[in-house]
Amino acid sequence: MLNLLVISINAILIENFVLVKFLGCCPFLGVSKKSETALGMGLAVVFTMTLASAMTWLFNEFVLKPFDLEYLQTIAFIAIIATLVQIIEMFLQKSIPSLYSALGIYLPLITTNCAVLGVALLNINNGYDFISSVVYGFSAGVGFLVAILLLSAIRERIAYSDIPKPFRGFPIVLIAAAILSISFMGFQGLKLPF
Amino acid sequence: MAAKKKKVSYLNILKEGIITKNPTFIQLLGMCPTLAVTTTVANGIGMGLSATFVLICSNFFISVLRKFIPNKIRIASYIVIIAGFVSAVEMAIKAWLPDLASSLGLFIPLIVVNCIILARAEAFASKNAPLPSAVDGLACGIGFTLALTIISTVRELIGNGSIFGVDILGPNYSPALIIILPAGGFLVLGFLIALVQFIMSKLERRSE
Repeated sequence: MLNLLVISINAILIENFVLVKFLGCCPFLGVSKKSETALGMGLAVVFTMTLASAMTWLFNEFVLKPFDLEYLQTIAFIAIIATLVQIIEMFLQKSIPSLYSALGIYLPLITTNCAVLGVALLNINNGYDFISSVVYGFSAGVGFLVAILLLSAIRERIAYSDIPKPFRGFPIVLIAAAILSISFMGFQGLKLPF
Repeated sequence: MAAKKKKVSYLNILKEGIITKNPTFIQLLGMCPTLAVTTTVANGIGMGLSATFVLICSNFFISVLRKFIPNKIRIASYIVIIAGFVSAVEMAIKAWLPDLASSLGLFIPLIVVNCIILARAEAFASKNAPLPSAVDGLACGIGFTLALTIISTVRELIGNGSIFGVDILGPNYSPALIIILPAGGFLVLGFLIALVQFIMSKLERRSE
């Protein structure tokens, strides 16, 4: 149990996927204009990452490993993730159309969110077992959610401020992200008491 | 189909990919590798060239197959094609350039999900003939490599006082470590894009 707690604190705070590992920067910068869409995106990512971690781990263990096909990892994993996202998209379209239209173009783009493929590959690289993989996937998603919510709140505040002309748009967002990242560096001094 | 309607100008494609529609500085695509691997110039160039290779090959093949891929599953098909080339690149780098492989690490397989490649497949290769598509891949690849080189030069110079691992600023320079750390990636990219926007607005004013 403690081990799982360490994994999740690590993924959420100390090695935050977006701010420290740079995984999932595109949606982080692209969908963070409003808190509501950021929340929707973040939740969709948490959900996808948890499911993707579970499915890719099982596929790797029971299909790729027995047949010595581990060099096909990248192709196999991305195919699984793409299918998964497609299913989630169809599900949302039918049952939660408001969230579906809010996410719009960014939903299919979760497929190309490098955090999802990244977490699947990291699970295997780190040699996690099934439970740890699922926990790691879930916590990494929560880390993404935290980061994107923080950034969207900052962006809502700076939207109406008087920013020097060349810095309008993306540059100021990147600089805000830099400051956010600096503050997350503080967590690296966190010594877990177990 | 589209190729018949208008003549393609290769020079124009090159200009758009490298400068006027630079994937990193203007279109802001492919941010993850841009931020993550630009700690040293060698890493930046290695990443840029690998992505360029994948871009050319995937654009060419997607364009060849564009009439056979059903519209509904096109994104999934594109990704599988791209993933095939990325696996090839990954194995090649691991075999011949083990140092680069270990410093780029996870980001080589993650070329699959680089938005630039999928964006070019969707926006260009799926509508144009194979040869212009390959040229477009080359142009965007060069644009991406160029951007990575600029960012990594700034970061390595300020953060480590060196370029290509060669000491430039001398022993008296105390490196600003923050620039190499993750936060510095966001910071440097933010300032560079601001610079690009500043230059663009100056150029526009002059042309008026």
